[in-house]
Amino acid sequence: MNFDDTPQEAAYRAKAHAWLASHCRKRDANEVAPNPLGEREDEGVIDRAKRWQATKFDEGWACLTWPKEYGGQALGRMESVIWGQEEGKFDTPPNIYAIGHGMLGPTLMAHGTDAQKKKYLRDMARGQVVWCQLFSEPDAGSDLAGLRTSATRKGDEWVLNGQKIWSTGAHYSDWGMIVTRTDPDAPKHAGLTYFILDMHSPGIEVRPIRQINGATGFNEVFFTDVRVPDSNRLGGVGDGWRVALTTLMNERVAIGGGAGSGRFRDLLKLARESRRNGRPAIEDAAVRQRLADFYIRSKGLQFTGYRTLSALSRGATPGPEGSIGKAVGAPLGQEMASFALELQGVMGGVVDESASPHEGVWQDMYLGAPGLRIAGGTDEILKNIIAERVLRLPPEVRVDKDRPFRDIPSGSVAK
Amino acid sequence: MNLEFSEDQKFVQHTARDFLAKNAGLDVCRKVLESPQATYDAALWKGVAEMGWLGAVVPESLGGAGLGYLELVLIAEEVGRALAPIPFSSSVYLATEALLLAGSAEQKKRWLPRLAAGEAIGCFALAEGAGDLEPTALATRFAGGRLTGEKLPVIDGEAAGVAVVVAQGERGTALALVDLSAPGVTRSGVESFDASRSLARISFRDAPAEALGAPGEGAALVDKLLDRAAVMMGFEQIGGAERAFDETREFALGRYAFGRPIASFQVIKHRLADLYAKIEIARSNGYYAAWALSSGSDELPLAAAGFRAAASDAFEAASQDMIQIHGGVGFTWEYDCHLFYRRAKWLSAALGTPTAWREKLIQRIEKRGAA
Repeated sequence: MNFDDTPQEAAYRAKAHAWLASHCRKRDANEVAPNPLGEREDEGVIDRAKRWQATKFDEGWACLTWPKEYGGQALGRMESVIWGQEEGKFDTPPNIYAIGHGMLGPTLMAHGTDAQKKKYLRDMARGQVVWCQLFSEPDAGSDLAGLRTSATRKGDEWVLNGQKIWSTGAHYSDWGMIVTRTDPDAPKHAGLTYFILDMHSPGIEVRPIRQINGATGFNEVFFTDVRVPDSNRLGGVGDGWRVALTTLMNERVAIGGGAGSGRFRDLLKLARESRRNGRPAIEDAAVRQRLADFYIRSKGLQFTGYRTLSALSRGATPGPEGSIGKAVGAPLGQEMASFALELQGVMGGVVDESASPHEGVWQDMYLGAPGLRIAGGTDEILKNIIAERVLRLPPEVRVDKDRPFRDIPSGSVAK
Repeated sequence: MNLEFSEDQKFVQHTARDFLAKNAGLDVCRKVLESPQATYDAALWKGVAEMGWLGAVVPESLGGAGLGYLELVLIAEEVGRALAPIPFSSSVYLATEALLLAGSAEQKKRWLPRLAAGEAIGCFALAEGAGDLEPTALATRFAGGRLTGEKLPVIDGEAAGVAVVVAQGERGTALALVDLSAPGVTRSGVESFDASRSLARISFRDAPAEALGAPGEGAALVDKLLDRAAVMMGFEQIGGAERAFDETREFALGRYAFGRPIASFQVIKHRLADLYAKIEIARSNGYYAAWALSSGSDELPLAAAGFRAAASDAFEAASQDMIQIHGGVGFTWEYDCHLFYRRAKWLSAALGTPTAWREKLIQRIEKRGAA
């Protein structure tokens, strides 16, 4: 056992660090880490993100695990992890490519035709066009296969009608990937088809959704007679569920919980700065017990990640333990943020950056935390996945599985 | 990055698991639990000694197997999985470890071969009644080669032939090595919450004893010893937690209610998923602690404290869920659930409570000035 890089890994890390150091500012080790869910929507941020991605692409640091012909570097997952660790130490624009590069690119590589891969992947990697995912609907969230947005074939085209929701970044995206229902007479998983969609097509209306934290990261997207050429179909007609699963398998890897060890360090700092019973809060026994528990769970997640990396480092498939990451991390992030506000006492209610301890970052985190427990698989869905795929417990009883989709009862469609 | 056990280490673990599956079914644990006289299972102890586990990390020149701590923690995990009713933790993690850490060449030569062979059982006596395990302000006195005082509870104190006793010495806290057959030593059993593991009260009255380690370094030595033992016992707890989990999962798959296996109900699935996550989080802390123990890292105090608290909590949670998911039968003497329920809480108390270890963890984080 050891925590050391192999000589090759160390060399790659040094190279990555040196390149980053010559292109951006390194964050001070004592700087309170920004909330990863911070505001993203203003145009300046998108432009900065695009410039940063173009620089990375042009100098060989983008989409590291992708094949070279698609703009990647044909490197292993280990190099990609090392790059991520190093980039995290620097002050860089927010990553608006997590969905495109992490989920949609791999889906296109797995299911696309040669022509599709050639046409889209390289541009996706360079990032001057942004991609979004159009999956969830008002009546199909955890039960994604219950989606209703329809696609009807008209000659060489498909005509889309319906509504998607929770589409992150749809308001600044140029392309999307969408799952639609093409056969309502088939059982629900069998009647779906997957498309690549030009977000600038006529008939698409994007309405940003204002979240509880005031940010507008995602959207409702409405489709009225939107035309998609059949050449933009990804996978076979009726094969959409299988294609969508490729996307979803890559999703949970991309969403963390904001409960890393840096976050613990900041919480410890806050406990030193806060007062309780006339003394620093860190001296309070109850505070110390909570902090210890947070440390243990944060470290447990970190080392669980290291176990996964160990397998990757020797070229093996990681064990099932990695599946607990988001199920543990997302609620933990919320608990830590909640506790941080408690440490601040009456100031817990203050978000004014000029007055709030740590410039309101904990309040932001607390408001953003419920989203992380829902996005990309709710806590409950993740526990089903752990129970069924890791622990091999019986699947849920499904009363809708083998019936034609149009006969499945549903509640009224929400607005 | 390599936070995994090697194939050779896993082989040691599988050998241990096979041996215990054959020789330490839960009936062996139950036999000791139900016998008013037995303090441990002698046949199993002999078998474990023959497997070389008692001297796993003792050098070969002193009768040991010369293995490393990464092998020993995996053996401990299996001992925990079997709920083995033997004085393994007292003799191996504490007495043998204390001698390895601080014994003179002569002390090592006198005791380690016998401990490794299982001919002598060692125990560790620190507690003096209720409260946290603190190596300071002790009433037991060690001076001029004589020991006087009373220790309660002493795990495996009746079965042991030699004790490592923590006492107030002439220069602060001191460790004393005592042959328990010496004059001035009286002991009696005290009823144990988990009667498959025994407890005793030991009184010393001018009992002959020899110093273990240098004068003035006792408190630091005890801290170090407890940290090391915490890692090993933590793995024992992980083994117990996983066994409780596995037995519960099997039961839930076979038990039908409302026309379905109860394992198909989401409330049971989520409970098991939560428990699985809790055990994995503890296990990952354990890998870190095992690395720190085996590599001599100065991160050991931090890693051991976090792991010991996590492992205690995980085993306790597993043993509680085990009874709850079994339902009424889980509350009967006949079913084995209570063996886990007792062992989990008993181990949690044995080496300092999770609350105490969490406090130590924060002290150590503060001391290091970083997280």
